[in-house]
Amino acid sequence: MSRPVDAAANAALFIADPAHQETHDRLVWGMRQHRDKAVAAIPEWERLRDLASKLKEHTLTHLDRYLEQFEANATKRGAQVHWARDAAEHNEIVAQIFLDRGARRIVKSKSMLQEECGMMPYLAGRGLEVVESDLGERIQQLDHEGPSHIFVPAIHKLRTDVAALFAKNLGTDPDDSEPHHLAEAMRQNARPKFLRADAGMTGANFAVAETGGFVVCTNEGNADIGATLPKLHVASVGIEKLVPRARDLGVFVRLLARSGLGSAMTQYTSHFHGPKPGGELHIVLVDNTRSARLGSPEFWEVLKCIRCGACMNTCPVYRRSGGLAYGATYSGPIGVILDPGFDHRKYGELPFHSTLCGSCTEVCPVKIDVSGQIAKWRRVIASEGLMAPGESIGMKALGATLAHPATFHAAEAIGLAAIAHLPRAVVDNPLNPWTKHREMPTPPAETFRSWHERNRGGA
Amino acid sequence: MTARETILATVRANLPKPAVSMPEVPTSTDHSGTEGGVGWRRSLDDLGEVHDFPDEGESPVPYFRRHLDAMGGRSFEVADAAAARAKVAELFPDAKVVCSAADEVPGTRRIADVVDPHDLADVDVGIVRSRLGVAEAGAVWLSGTDLVVDALGVLAQHLVVLLDPSAVVPTLHDAYGARLDLASSPYGVFMAGPSATADIEGVVIYGAQGARTMTILLLAADATGEI
Ligand code: SF4
Repeated sequence: MSRPVDAAANAALFIADPAHQETHDRLVWGMRQHRDKAVAAIPEWERLRDLASKLKEHTLTHLDRYLEQFEANATKRGAQVHWARDAAEHNEIVAQIFLDRGARRIVKSKSMLQEECGMMPYLAGRGLEVVESDLGERIQQLDHEGPSHIFVPAIHKLRTDVAALFAKNLGTDPDDSEPHHLAEAMRQNARPKFLRADAGMTGANFAVAETGGFVVCTNEGNADIGATLPKLHVASVGIEKLVPRARDLGVFVRLLARSGLGSAMTQYTSHFHGPKPGGELHIVLVDNTRSARLGSPEFWEVLKCIRCGACMNTCPVYRRSGGLAYGATYSGPIGVILDPGFDHRKYGELPFHSTLCGSCTEVCPVKIDVSGQIAKWRRVIASEGLMAPGESIGMKALGATLAHPATFHAAEAIGLAAIAHLPRAVVDNPLNPWTKHREMPTPPAETFRSWHERNRGGA
Repeated sequence: MTARETILATVRANLPKPAVSMPEVPTSTDHSGTEGGVGWRRSLDDLGEVHDFPDEGESPVPYFRRHLDAMGGRSFEVADAAAARAKVAELFPDAKVVCSAADEVPGTRRIADVVDPHDLADVDVGIVRSRLGVAEAGAVWLSGTDLVVDALGVLAQHLVVLLDPSAVVPTLHDAYGARLDLASSPYGVFMAGPSATADIEGVVIYGAQGARTMTILLLAADATGEI
């Protein structure tokens, strides 16, 4: 059983180094400012957010149908569709595809899902050589770290860090930290690897039920190199990535890059429909807790997330603590509401790594109430703490809670009561070093669900 | 139960209630009214930053060009095929291998002669005709049919794209809503400017992995044809 992540202690380390902390804050906030400019140029922005939210809600409330439709159409186009219940099944399927075809050298583009599955170490253990093709992701791979941000994975590093890393691994001049030179060095190093790859791997930003294809958004075009050069292409797709129709992409693609980076689109928005002539395309549809979350009235809305990163860029805690402090695949506000669902005990502190300022909710292009979700997770963690104190808190307990909504509602109510009635000493410690510096929020008088049922019941 | 059956059964059992109906999604850019239709300026009071899109009937080409610039690309108007060839020669005087999928500018290597995509590794300039541009991002659609060999778009050091000005639509709604048949070839990409990265201290660098530059030559096509 993995030890709980102490995000506050990790953040303290990052904050202790002003050069890293200040640069990170400035760059990440800069993306938020770019986002605001891009949004101001689209008068119908709020209408688009509303549409995106409804489209996702529609898809998720009919997800079985859209998954079947996607599978049928993808198969019709000649792709091979696989299903994976969890990370282990995903990794096993992927490894087997490569091993069966004698593919040893694989280039992959960035995929948060593959990170989530811990795929890289697994494939390495099966004797496969996998190279990251995204510059930031490659930097992180060379440094044996996970991504600290959804689309700029090495944003917590200074150029001098990258120079030192490349000097060690690529033989570049350690004193030359000019970003253009560093990027060029990586381009020169990566090309031969692209050219000799046996297979390419990607994730997917969107999968279209109507057409049986999927869309990958990158700025470097690295997914395209990996997918168009070798004959074999394997894509990992979370089951929540479905959108019904091609026309719906107009809504999501318009929102995605503007929300995250502040540019109108990613430089490459790439569409894959079936294998290239003489090639093979494998699509692995991955569940890994998603279907369980779908059954939680309180937490299913997180499945609407399109991984744009806007909530990270705007978050005052993320900006200062850096993404690695979260000790998880997903960091920032989206991490806070995703990670505890994977491992309740390990990530139990993350929901307290937030000021609940609400900025994440404001910027979310699919209208997830991110800060509301954070508050709900606090209640769950608190209530689990009450019911199973100390070492016995386990992810089993969460699994059961998420799987049985009734239990969850009871737990949630207990959680509210707990926050309202416990003496401060209990609330502050050991749940939450974060509260050393701040007050716990006043818990609402009733749960969202009971409010919802009272006010919207029968709707 | 197989993984497929388990996942579908769990999803089915866990579908959130009540079901949400499909919203109406625009399939073209809406210029109607001052209340802020899709791609329209809201009102005269907002003219500070928010006059980014063409009015009904206005050419979207200037908007396309401005957004392309913002994405790190560049564009030129050329009068005819001869002018396009001259422009390529002027912009890339040192290019040794110019591989073309466009009739107007044959280059030194015809894409039709390329069998293996790996043979494109030495291409200095790739040339292709796009049949759809999207003004709001300065993006061009390149399908496998246009590229002939998909990897041309990402392996060429520099990319030149011929685009008929009449093939530019205002927003992605127009593109995805009506103009594109996504599944007509296995691969299709919107390219908005060249390959780029901001992975090192947020410094924007063009030519990360794919094309280092993206040049659009605005040149009418005789027949645009199906996309
Ligand atoms: S929660 Fe919303 S803002 Fe955050 S990454 Fe997901 S879609 Fe973007």
